[in-house]
Amino acid sequence: MDDFNSLYNFVSGPLVWVAFIVFICGSIYRIYRLFSLVNKKEKFIYTIMSFKYSLRSIIHWIIPFASLNWRKHPVMTVTTFLFHIGLVIMPLFLGAHVILFNDAWGISWWTLPDGLADTVTLIVITCCVVFLLRRLVLREVKYVTTPSDFVLLAIAAAPFITGFFADQQYCNYRFWLILHILSGEIVLVAIPFTRLSHMLYAVFTRAYIGSEFGNIRHARDW
Amino acid sequence: MVLPVIKVEDKIIDDGLDKGMEKLTQDRIENVIDQVMSGETGARLKAYVETCVHCGLCSDACHAYLSRDRDPKFSPAGKVKRTMSVILKKGGKVTPAFIRDASEIASTECNACKRCAMYCPFGIDPAYIMLVVRRICHLCGVTPLYIQDTAHSHAVTQNQMWVKEDEWIDTLQWQEEDAREEMPNLRIPLDKEGADFMYSVIGPEPKFLAGLIYQAAYIFNVAGLNWTMPSFPGWDNSDMAMYTGDNEIMGRNKRFHFEAAQRLKVKRIVMGECGHAFRSVYDMGNRWLSWAMPPVPMVHAIEFYYELLTTGKIKVKEKYKKSVTLHDPCNVVRGRGLHEKARYVINELCEDFREMHPNREHNYCCNAGGGVINCGPPFKNKRVANNRVKAKQCADTGAEILITPCHNCHSGMEDIVLGYKLDMHVKFISDIMYEVMEKPEIG
Repeated sequence: MDDFNSLYNFVSGPLVWVAFIVFICGSIYRIYRLFSLVNKKEKFIYTIMSFKYSLRSIIHWIIPFASLNWRKHPVMTVTTFLFHIGLVIMPLFLGAHVILFNDAWGISWWTLPDGLADTVTLIVITCCVVFLLRRLVLREVKYVTTPSDFVLLAIAAAPFITGFFADQQYCNYRFWLILHILSGEIVLVAIPFTRLSHMLYAVFTRAYIGSEFGNIRHARDW
Repeated sequence: MVLPVIKVEDKIIDDGLDKGMEKLTQDRIENVIDQVMSGETGARLKAYVETCVHCGLCSDACHAYLSRDRDPKFSPAGKVKRTMSVILKKGGKVTPAFIRDASEIASTECNACKRCAMYCPFGIDPAYIMLVVRRICHLCGVTPLYIQDTAHSHAVTQNQMWVKEDEWIDTLQWQEEDAREEMPNLRIPLDKEGADFMYSVIGPEPKFLAGLIYQAAYIFNVAGLNWTMPSFPGWDNSDMAMYTGDNEIMGRNKRFHFEAAQRLKVKRIVMGECGHAFRSVYDMGNRWLSWAMPPVPMVHAIEFYYELLTTGKIKVKEKYKKSVTLHDPCNVVRGRGLHEKARYVINELCEDFREMHPNREHNYCCNAGGGVINCGPPFKNKRVANNRVKAKQCADTGAEILITPCHNCHSGMEDIVLGYKLDMHVKFISDIMYEVMEKPEIG
């Protein structure tokens, strides 16, 4: 019991701080580095950027089926949107997570009903299976897949799988709980330092190509 | 209809690639890659390679991938995997044989048409990455022979086809003389200061398509326009150096071009029906010279024809009877959004216009542009085989005439029409405008 408590206290205490500090500082550093590179070598990018066309492009790609390529790949489109929506709402709106915030800082907000939370978790896990199958089966995806892609998928899926097991109290609840917290921390740390950084960069790459197409090319990019 | 199968050689021999590879040393490769990676590229390349999640969604954008039985090595991400990913993974420690293959991939399997940039959810631009690969190969001295020859020509003569100054003037005068049989007072005014516009063409026009200059001159004379052409270097707007990665020559070339217009004190430049030249003048060469937009206002032929028709300067006598379809050239459609103007012009000139699908920004590339056709005969079979999807798209329209307002597209489509035995003829817009316009009586 003591061992569990001290381990739990460690992963849910100091390690959380470490993970968030690495995540936030790492993300700021990555974005800072991107902009310092633009300032150093590609200042012309500012002459291309346009708020209007950035937004136009982002809107067309952030809405399912609003771009031609989303429409061409309905399974992938549904999968990726459900996956990413789950990825954002679960950490922030799961009841158990909000309780932790409440315990720590006395703040709380709206939470997902438990039944819905379970469904979202299963949907996200299913999406991860679809992603995995795409990598294994579709020729054009398999060809460009590297071992790191499987690692990244595992990192993204782990908090949901372990969280689900912990919630369902399979076998050893504490074991899954600790793994769940650890896997969440791994995701946070991985975001700035792996290709999960598309979370930070996607808005900028999208805004750039949207501006290039709208401002210079006078053409649509969706 | 069943399209014939085009066979592609397993190994293509090209002296520019093969001899370039033999002369290449390990030191030079590493120096070049270091120069390009740490000196020339920046946030874009970094963001692209660090953002791509290898989802494969770009594949369907590429005509080469679609044409080669969806072979993933021809997908945009597949081509990046075979080139830039290796360079980054090995930190520049790649072999001369790798550089040779990378050059072949980047120069002959990608047209930098940017269709894939429209299909990536992140807006990653694989065409840009391919142009960086070409830049590396250029600095390593490993570029396909034929296109390298045109880049040399740009460097020496400021035109793409080794046209000497006297030959250029002579060709213009020859066309002027021929056209005067049809319109006795026709002029091709050389070096006329303060004209409304300078008409610019690509090197191949005086070299082997001089009739296009005749047609343009005839149209301008009938419309009563105040125009000129320079008798001196700078007349050629084309730019193969842009596609070999020889940015220095690209910039030097564009400087000649813009300075020709400035020396003639014209109000603007009007360019003929060429796509890559438009990209060079409007998007790439100007920017190399630090101009966000061209320092001299310029319009592509499509925009100019649109003006001539909407202002009534050119009137149509009787619309063109044969069925026509339009291939949207990437550099003026994805590159400048001229697709609706092109449709207006064609509908004004032709009775029976049939769309091919997909069209406008989503058109399939001709697989000739981006310097691919300029890599010459060794790569012709591969080029035609890699665009089976375009042949199918054209055949499905059932049109007799395939209009494409771009030189590279035009030549590439002719090869596709011949290679796949399509029952079509390829034409420029000016061919049809010249045929159907109201012409003055010969007095």
